[in-house]
Amino acid sequence: MSDRALALYRTMARIRAFENAAEEASQGSVAAFGASLAQANIRGPLHLSTGQEAVAAGVCINLAKDDYVTSTHRGHGHTLAKGASMDAMMTELFGRANGPNGGKGGSMHLADFSVGMLGANGVVAAGMPIAVGAAHAIKIRRENRIVACFFGDGAINRGPFLEALNWAAIHALPILFVCEDNRWSATTPTDAMTAGEGALARATAIGVPGKQVDGNDVFAVDAAAQKLIAEVKAKGPRFLHAVTYRFKGHVSVDAAAYRDGAEVSRALENDPLLLAARKLSEADARKVLQEADQEVKRALKAAAAAPWPDARSAYTDVQDTGGGQWR
Amino acid sequence: MTYAEAARLAVQASMKENARVVVLGEDVGRGGIFQQYKGLQQEFGASRVIDTPISESTILGAGVGMALAGLKPVVEMRVVDFALCAMDEIVNQAAKARYMFGGQGRVPLVARLPIGLWSGSAAQHSQSLEAWFAHMPGLVVVAPSTPQDNYSLLRAAIDCGDPVIYMEHKELWGLQGEVSSQETVLGKARIVREGKDVTLVTWSKTVHAALEAKTGKSVEIIDLRTLWPWDREAVLASARKTGRLLVVHESVQAAGFGAEIAATVAEELGIPVKRLGAPRIPVGYSTPLEDEARVRAEHISRALGAF
Repeated sequence: MSDRALALYRTMARIRAFENAAEEASQGSVAAFGASLAQANIRGPLHLSTGQEAVAAGVCINLAKDDYVTSTHRGHGHTLAKGASMDAMMTELFGRANGPNGGKGGSMHLADFSVGMLGANGVVAAGMPIAVGAAHAIKIRRENRIVACFFGDGAINRGPFLEALNWAAIHALPILFVCEDNRWSATTPTDAMTAGEGALARATAIGVPGKQVDGNDVFAVDAAAQKLIAEVKAKGPRFLHAVTYRFKGHVSVDAAAYRDGAEVSRALENDPLLLAARKLSEADARKVLQEADQEVKRALKAAAAAPWPDARSAYTDVQDTGGGQWR
Repeated sequence: MTYAEAARLAVQASMKENARVVVLGEDVGRGGIFQQYKGLQQEFGASRVIDTPISESTILGAGVGMALAGLKPVVEMRVVDFALCAMDEIVNQAAKARYMFGGQGRVPLVARLPIGLWSGSAAQHSQSLEAWFAHMPGLVVVAPSTPQDNYSLLRAAIDCGDPVIYMEHKELWGLQGEVSSQETVLGKARIVREGKDVTLVTWSKTVHAALEAKTGKSVEIIDLRTLWPWDREAVLASARKTGRLLVVHESVQAAGFGAEIAATVAEELGIPVKRLGAPRIPVGYSTPLEDEARVRAEHISRALGAF
């Protein structure tokens, strides 16, 4: 049993612990659903990646610190897997001053530029052109870095998907496109909304070859990502279509009652953590889970104790020329 | 030299001075459809003057990504009307990245979104949407009216480090004028003509119509040059002096940027304020229809006469 397997399991366990803790901290937090915001430490819509951990872990283990990542509205896993600290992330979700975004972003705009994480994004597919631009900058400067661009199955039906893949292909940019297919576009099954042969077929047709992989098998994701990233560095853009499942609803208040119970049960049986644990000893797995649990408890504590941003910081980082003015 | 040549010179000078400045957009390699990029790809290479597909979302979005990764992109969007295909990228991404990310990244990007009624080009090629972008926190908005300004303001925009919506006027490309390498500052207006009866505030092509307008009054004409931030001090000082304000713009009058200026002056000084802009109609194709949307010297004269 290898160090690598343990490392992959650890990343997934940490993501799982983080998502479970964030979910709890956000209970009763969305105003439209009639609850008091005062109860929740994490306010507003929260998009959990519970169940999708293998995709973030399996891809990001193959990235260097100075490789870039762009993410989606469901970005906690990508951020943690890229190397951000749990304390920092939880602090940002709690809206406190010393989170990486200074409380200005929260979950949907979580970013950690110190580890190359260029931001979660509240607009589906919006990260794709941005990722392509970062990859283009790498090419212009002839650097030995890549970009991993995460997006979901819903994004493949938006215009920027087509544009970004085409652009990356014509310029042979160093970018790995990762379609984290969790089968659901909010409350609608993606298949019903998607014509043709799906994500990988579209990518191939636009000139970005790749692989489809079981996104719940972290070892398969790792192997595929490793191979594709080598090709990205040698030749140009590549596409990884990782098929996984979203355990929770679209957003924290969504109980996902619209989903078939049998489908959900099957998905829970294919829990990426359960699958990966088969390659570890029970003791090792338990230890990792305990450590993750302790780490997130510390993060919750740190976040709860962190200071609120000064109201004056609402007026900073808008713009240098013409900023800070009422009118 | 012409307004277009002045801009070309500005981009060339910026690219020489700073290796981080790159250009991207449709047809830039051939010089740009208005020759604003003539010779630049030959001089700086195709990796710094980048031809793009017709992919407005990604032209602007990749500009954002390049900026976050440390470059200073000049993003050519051809006309503001087409840039509407990139509104998410301008408004939700470029304008907000620095703030949302708590200052971890910057977007030192200049997006060129030419405005203005362009004769015979009809509704989707004739809009002036500066008000939309002035309304958007995070953006700087610039509208040069002369070749000199299309050099100096463009250089200042490229240098300023914020996302700038740079709005040249499509019917000014051929305008001739003296251009020196003088520097300028964003946010400062220019008093084009001094006067004492009425303050006329405008920008872009209507500066020239204002200069032509025949009036029995002594009109102080102010060219704002930058719309956000706009030079409130200069406008208020002038309006205090004259006691009357007319704001003129080619864009639709209703909810146009003139409303912001008029309201500010009314709030601060309580003097009579008027606006003159285009009617709330799309620009029709046929000449008699298109003419209804124009703001000409004679309209300005009439508006001044009403004071």
